[in-house]
Amino acid sequence: MLQDIACGEASCNTDGVYGNDFGAPDDPAGQSLLDQVEAAERELRSAAERRLAGDDHLQGYFEAIIEADQKVEPRDWMPDDYRRSLVRQIAQHAHSEIIGMQPEGNWITRAPSLKRKAILLAKVQDEAGHGLYLYAAAETLGVSRDELVELLLSGRQKYSSIFNYPTLTWADVGAIGWLVDGAAIVNQVPLCRCSYGPYARAMIRICKEESFHQRQGFEILHTLAHGTPAQREMAQDAVNRWWYPSLAMFGPPDSDSTHSERSMAWKIKRFSNDELRQRFVDMCVQQASVLTLSLPDPDLRWNAEREHYDFTQPDFDELMQVVKGNGPCNRQRIEHRRRAHSEGAWVREAAAAYAAKRAVREPAGV
Amino acid sequence: MTDFEYVLGLGDDALVAAQRLAQWAARAPEMEEDIALANIALDQLGTARLLLTYAGELEGADRTEDDLAYLRDDRDFHNCLLVELPEQDFAVTMAKLLFLSAYQKPLYDRLADSGDERLSAIAAKARKESAYHLDHASLWTVRLGDGTDESHRRMQDAVDRLWPYTHELFEGEHADLRAQWLATVEAVLADATLTRPADGGWTPGGGRQGLHTEHLSYLLAEMQVVHRAHPGARW
Ligand SMILES: [Fe+2]
Ligand SMILES: [Fe+2]
Repeated sequence: MLQDIACGEASCNTDGVYGNDFGAPDDPAGQSLLDQVEAAERELRSAAERRLAGDDHLQGYFEAIIEADQKVEPRDWMPDDYRRSLVRQIAQHAHSEIIGMQPEGNWITRAPSLKRKAILLAKVQDEAGHGLYLYAAAETLGVSRDELVELLLSGRQKYSSIFNYPTLTWADVGAIGWLVDGAAIVNQVPLCRCSYGPYARAMIRICKEESFHQRQGFEILHTLAHGTPAQREMAQDAVNRWWYPSLAMFGPPDSDSTHSERSMAWKIKRFSNDELRQRFVDMCVQQASVLTLSLPDPDLRWNAEREHYDFTQPDFDELMQVVKGNGPCNRQRIEHRRRAHSEGAWVREAAAAYAAKRAVREPAGV
Repeated sequence: MTDFEYVLGLGDDALVAAQRLAQWAARAPEMEEDIALANIALDQLGTARLLLTYAGELEGADRTEDDLAYLRDDRDFHNCLLVELPEQDFAVTMAKLLFLSAYQKPLYDRLADSGDERLSAIAAKARKESAYHLDHASLWTVRLGDGTDESHRRMQDAVDRLWPYTHELFEGEHADLRAQWLATVEAVLADATLTRPADGGWTPGGGRQGLHTEHLSYLLAEMQVVHRAHPGARW
């Protein structure tokens, strides 16, 4: 099984790393996202109430669950490919949360006010929590967290490529919150309705927190954009650098995307990469105008016929290079994770040894 | 009337402790510990902000928490030396936290009953957090002390190296708290199969008077760099 869920070369970023799906196309951008999370939560409750009676071991039962928008639960029979796809997607999502702590963690000790330091520290802590819920969701499918972490450390599973870009100034913390958490939400809100129950539930919890992160990032940029000329310049520079990598978070264009159709049929994924990317652009244009910052795309303009903004696609060749390991920080990020893991080994061993001694001293039941 | 420098010293202890703990972000030995250390750092930072704000008011010179955190040099910081020492490994972090929280807890208990309403409100909040920090540090001290040979060696080494710095905590008006501190710490060390270091000999101090180790200036340089590069900016 581990061999199967390991990443085959550059294909991974195509199927929902850090999420990939999104909500109803004509909702007003932005503020409706949390409403969608709440709607998914209601749906989840009513699905539980309507739970189909029947034999849990039939393929027909699985298909009926998917068809009826019910949730597949860990004890239910499910096709091997469904299980494998989910493990890979959830694990890559978990890895993204954990690796994603680094670029922003980089600024905690230098945050320019105590309030910002506290908010950033809490945010990075939230991401660790997201990683933990997601590894726990993956564990319901029969893999262990340790196995998955090993796949990350050995490079056999990937994490979102966005975290392979460096955070060069304080404003990058704002740009990540606004754009990267923003894109993550656009990707993840539809996953709150994912057919696999434990993943859907983890996503509901996570999306609520991500929306705070996005608001905080927006607030940082807003303050900078309305501050001194140097602060304003810092904010614009950060947006310029993070815009296209954020667009690339939605994965390759639909024409090149693997895994998508089957994931759609299984209701793991509900919208295509291009649909989600468009949705994100439409949302950001409005918000950028409130920020009084510009998006670095001379061809960005409203298309009245499509009722969407036309925009320049990100450089997908660059994305593929980063996915392959050739981004600015790939090596740094994974080395950091490996170092934390290996430097912590003696602590984990001590905890295990202590627990074993206690188990001997205080037999079960005491 | 409560003394400005005294409150500042308490605030600086919490601020510098938070800054050190925050250095663990994304590098803790386990993911759960990343969350726990961030929690403790957030608690210390929250208390630091309340104390620095109050110190600024006591001083009456219109200095905010950020003015005090970002625009003072190391000679004007009044924290104890213990909190500024580098986090060489996880055993050092846990020994520092054990010693600090075993001191902060009874101190905040006492201040919570002091006549100064502001200070007692801050202390009443902080002491609950200190109780959790003390639990967490005690748990790890015992696990590491009574874990493997390597963890025992590292934990003992951390305790030995940091012990001399704990004398400074009880300089001045709260000297009597050391008895309670010793009772707490000695019980944890015994549980952890660690040897309690002997007293006497080297007792480094000076932090409360602004005479620090060489480490503090680097810590502040990092903490203050962005703020100072943009004088007068809002964040
Ligand atoms: Fe997250
Ligand atoms: Fe986030």
